[in-house]
Amino acid sequence: MSGPPFSVIRSLRRGGHVLLLAAFVAFLAFPFYWMAITTFKSTRDLIDTTHNPFLFGAPPTLNNLRVLFFQTDFGRWIMNTIEVGVLVTLITLVLAVPAGYALARLSGRWGHRLGIAIFLTYLIPPTILFIPFSRIVADVGLQDSLWSLVLVYPSFTVPFCTWLMMGFFKSIPRDIEEAAMIDGLSRFRAFVKVVVPVSSAGMLTVVIFTLTLVMQEFVYALTFITTSAHYTVSVGVPTFLVRGDVYFWGSLMGACLIVSIPVAIVYNLFVDRFVAGFTVGAVK
Amino acid sequence: MSVAAPRPRPLPARRERKQRSPAGSLSRPRIHPFDDEAWLGRMLLAPAVIYIVALVGFPFFLAIFYSVSDATVGSTTLHFVGLRNYERILQDPTFWRSLRNAVVFTVVSQALVVVLGKILAMALYADFPGKWAVRFLILLPWVAPISLGSIGWLWIFDPVYSVINWSGRALHLFGPGFWPIWLGQPDLAMASIVMVDVWRLLPLATVIILAGMSSIPQDIHDAAAVDGAGFWRHLFRINLPLIMPIMLVALLFGIVFTFTDLIVVYVLTRGGPFDSTQVIASYAYFTGVQGGDLATGAAISLFLFPALVAVAIVFLTIAKRTEVT
Repeated sequence: MSGPPFSVIRSLRRGGHVLLLAAFVAFLAFPFYWMAITTFKSTRDLIDTTHNPFLFGAPPTLNNLRVLFFQTDFGRWIMNTIEVGVLVTLITLVLAVPAGYALARLSGRWGHRLGIAIFLTYLIPPTILFIPFSRIVADVGLQDSLWSLVLVYPSFTVPFCTWLMMGFFKSIPRDIEEAAMIDGLSRFRAFVKVVVPVSSAGMLTVVIFTLTLVMQEFVYALTFITTSAHYTVSVGVPTFLVRGDVYFWGSLMGACLIVSIPVAIVYNLFVDRFVAGFTVGAVK
Repeated sequence: MSVAAPRPRPLPARRERKQRSPAGSLSRPRIHPFDDEAWLGRMLLAPAVIYIVALVGFPFFLAIFYSVSDATVGSTTLHFVGLRNYERILQDPTFWRSLRNAVVFTVVSQALVVVLGKILAMALYADFPGKWAVRFLILLPWVAPISLGSIGWLWIFDPVYSVINWSGRALHLFGPGFWPIWLGQPDLAMASIVMVDVWRLLPLATVIILAGMSSIPQDIHDAAAVDGAGFWRHLFRINLPLIMPIMLVALLFGIVFTFTDLIVVYVLTRGGPFDSTQVIASYAYFTGVQGGDLATGAAISLFLFPALVAVAIVFLTIAKRTEVT
């Protein structure tokens, strides 16, 4: 192989690589660019089809955000989401951390099977469960209450986070708690005093994912919650801001962007762990 | 690459050492060393297992029970009606349409996701400047709440102000009389929801496949290069077979998410036009919750389950097969 053709091929390949990535980025990120520009456009600019929609045809405006924050319950929806998120996170931590530890260290063959059984709960999704839940929630008097979400959401966060913590504990060397146990601590105390403190990274991951899963959940909130004051963000925005044929596009897009971007930034830092949560045990 | 969790290393050897030293004698009567720890393990597991059984297992059986009853949202009593609901559903053309739509929706979008995800993962595999930013942009659709992402698409597909149509017109790709109504024409509506589903799940598939690719040891690539394997040969003989298990994981999650998805359809089309995008999940929602007919809704949604069980069986079979090797 001689020099020149090789470098030509190389630069062609590099050009193709850049082009390929650009095409994917354009497809995947375009809606967010679109949300951003729509948020700051005046309504008159939006509905004038002679304007180039990619650019501002009229001066940018903050009016859409003003409508969002002062004429809808958007702030309330965010607070509701955070409230539910914090409570669900607490429940998830209390249940999933010990269970993950037990599956990683204390159980033999039956624990392995149980791990797979927990994994299989992914196969009974909210789409099958929301109908019986709508009746259960009404029967226990939690209809249209945020508590119904606090009760139900751990049903999908706990399996995932148990699986995640199991993988995390397996990556911690056994010597840590065995040294403590040789020093006379019981297994349980070694878990509480030695293992839990070094697991803060794993628990932080659980916190992040529980919060984002709560933020993204739609089906249960749509089914259980009926008044605007109790909506979470993911249901409030598409149901309240779309009234019949009237769409407040600027405000809608602003809401989507405000919720999506912070979640995306935090999530991006943890995505490798998230992938591990899906694939640990499936692929080593 | 072994599928299924590695079994915890059995502990007895270490435990003996630990118990031996305080006692200082080798001739202790053998106490089964696992007893107390197994008990502790159960105690630590119990809360999570009870919660999951109560909030996944119990409602699941309740769904089965409702599907053979006459439960409605308003009523407080219910009666056993046998398989009448199922009979009615099987004679309902909308149900068959929903089933067919769900299968088309899932198969087409997941085929696209796997192929595009593999291509994108290969493009992202090597390091290049600005990789972090590219990865961030590519991951956005997966991390943003899907109900809100779908709203963004609703605006992109707007019948009057669609940016796709504007661009098509501006670039002279669309003729004068050509103005597609993306969500209002049956075939286009299905294509649109497929596109949004691909948009949503492609990032997840890509990062899962990337994780699989980086777990292939470098010596295998080196050996292939030494043997003179070209790009395609390398791809089909080495790369794809080795990441097959993890690609199946990505695919199976994609199938579960897509087949049971309600949000994209609910936000974009509400199943229309003329039920051309109605899928099982959305039909169950409109019947069971909005229509108030819990029994029929539960029966419809339960048709999802056999499909998911088939998915599970495929998954476990592959898990088992690779575990042996």
